[in-house]
Amino acid sequence: MNRLQRLLNSSVGAKVMVATTGLLLFGFVIVHLLGNLQIYRGQEAMNSYAKMLHDLGPLLWLARLLLLAIFVVHLGLAIRLHRANRQARPEPYYVQHTAHREPFHQRRVKATRMMVITGVVILLFVLFHLMHFTFGWINPQAYGKHDEAGRHDVFGMVISGFQNPAITLTYVVAMLLLGWHLFHGAVSTLQSLGLTHPVWRPVVEKVLWALLIFVVVGNCFIPLSILLGLWPPGG
Amino acid sequence: MKLTLHIWRQPDRNSPGRLVTYQLDGVSPDMSFLEMLDLLNEQLASSGQDPVAFDHDCREGICGMCSLVINGVPHGPLQGTTTCQLHMRHFRDGDHIYIEPFRAKAFPVIKDLVVDRSAFDRIIEAGGYISTNVGSAPEANTIPVPKEEADTAFDAATCIGCGACVAACPNASAMLFVAAKVAHFAHLPHGQPERRRRVLRMVEEMDRQGFGNCSNYEECEAACPKEISVKFIAEMNREYLRALCSPAADQV
Repeated sequence: MNRLQRLLNSSVGAKVMVATTGLLLFGFVIVHLLGNLQIYRGQEAMNSYAKMLHDLGPLLWLARLLLLAIFVVHLGLAIRLHRANRQARPEPYYVQHTAHREPFHQRRVKATRMMVITGVVILLFVLFHLMHFTFGWINPQAYGKHDEAGRHDVFGMVISGFQNPAITLTYVVAMLLLGWHLFHGAVSTLQSLGLTHPVWRPVVEKVLWALLIFVVVGNCFIPLSILLGLWPPGG
Repeated sequence: MKLTLHIWRQPDRNSPGRLVTYQLDGVSPDMSFLEMLDLLNEQLASSGQDPVAFDHDCREGICGMCSLVINGVPHGPLQGTTTCQLHMRHFRDGDHIYIEPFRAKAFPVIKDLVVDRSAFDRIIEAGGYISTNVGSAPEANTIPVPKEEADTAFDAATCIGCGACVAACPNASAMLFVAAKVAHFAHLPHGQPERRRRVLRMVEEMDRQGFGNCSNYEECEAACPKEISVKFIAEMNREYLRALCSPAADQV
């Protein structure tokens, strides 16, 4: 217990936990996107994928609880660190100036300053997303329908949802903010977890940047392609 | 050169401070920043006013005593330079210069531009040392140290403990300072016996002193007069994790 307490209470330990849970959430978003891309394989593939997930039963609930726990730890520790950071400088400087000169770095500084705000917006979006597709409150007329095989018609629900410009806009804005959040977060995890290897660090950074672009482009492409009538063909 | 100085004046720790404007004429471009302040203080003293209090000692850029946040940047606009080694030729005639103390909860202002940096001393007391008796110098080759390790240790050991990293960090975090000390010892054979204990104690003492946490702004690296890399912060994080998994975590 001594070790776990120190991991959660110390500055370095809390940073490590925020990084680890952040990477796990990033991993979840990637897998989630891979699942969502089933929509381009048609109604049959999408609905049978959704049924497969639902048929996991208790395993699905275990995964949901685990995800919730990861989310709570990530958010809770990040907010605690943020509060400590604000308290560490009670009196601000009269002249606010960055010691850095490169534009790329200054953009990263902006993203870093926005972490709590983008994080909270992403939390609100996750709630909206659950209300939309899991609880069926946002677009109720498309919720709870079944396809010819008697499966829950996820395909139809998604298509109907994203044909609404307001819903699509919400998703696209949220995904851009997620990208901004990860612009700081993705590579910062390597710093917090202490990866300094001269060969591996640049390689892992490039992989993370590629995954970040994949997540943002992929998640924006799905709703936009549906709104613009590119998918389903002839739909 | 003629300058307009906006200097933070605060009579003591518990009184509120404010920026006071002074006009200073006759500044030579060859003066150091501190010599410019000396000139101001001579004028203030001769007119019966209280001179501006500021920290300084060696004036050679190696002691870590001088501080000051000049136009929003610790140690001023010149990269890799302490305030005492900053010369007035880097400013222009007629410039307005804002001079503030290092600001952090863990660095309370004592007077004007002087802050109490003994929080750093308490972190060093917690583990920034090796517990061997110092006798006469041993034969140079009895403890072999690979060149790369010695270089890395020295890159970290150039830290003069001035606190510019804390002053520059938007979170007033001391992690670059602590990381430099941890890495300095971790790369040398002499640091090995206390390696795990040291990082646990120093990090936890740093937390107790009320510094913020690293958010990877990397402002510290840009402001550090010794240009110490933030890679040492990653290294400290790794050292802390490894120490937490070692038997040392039961002893400290």
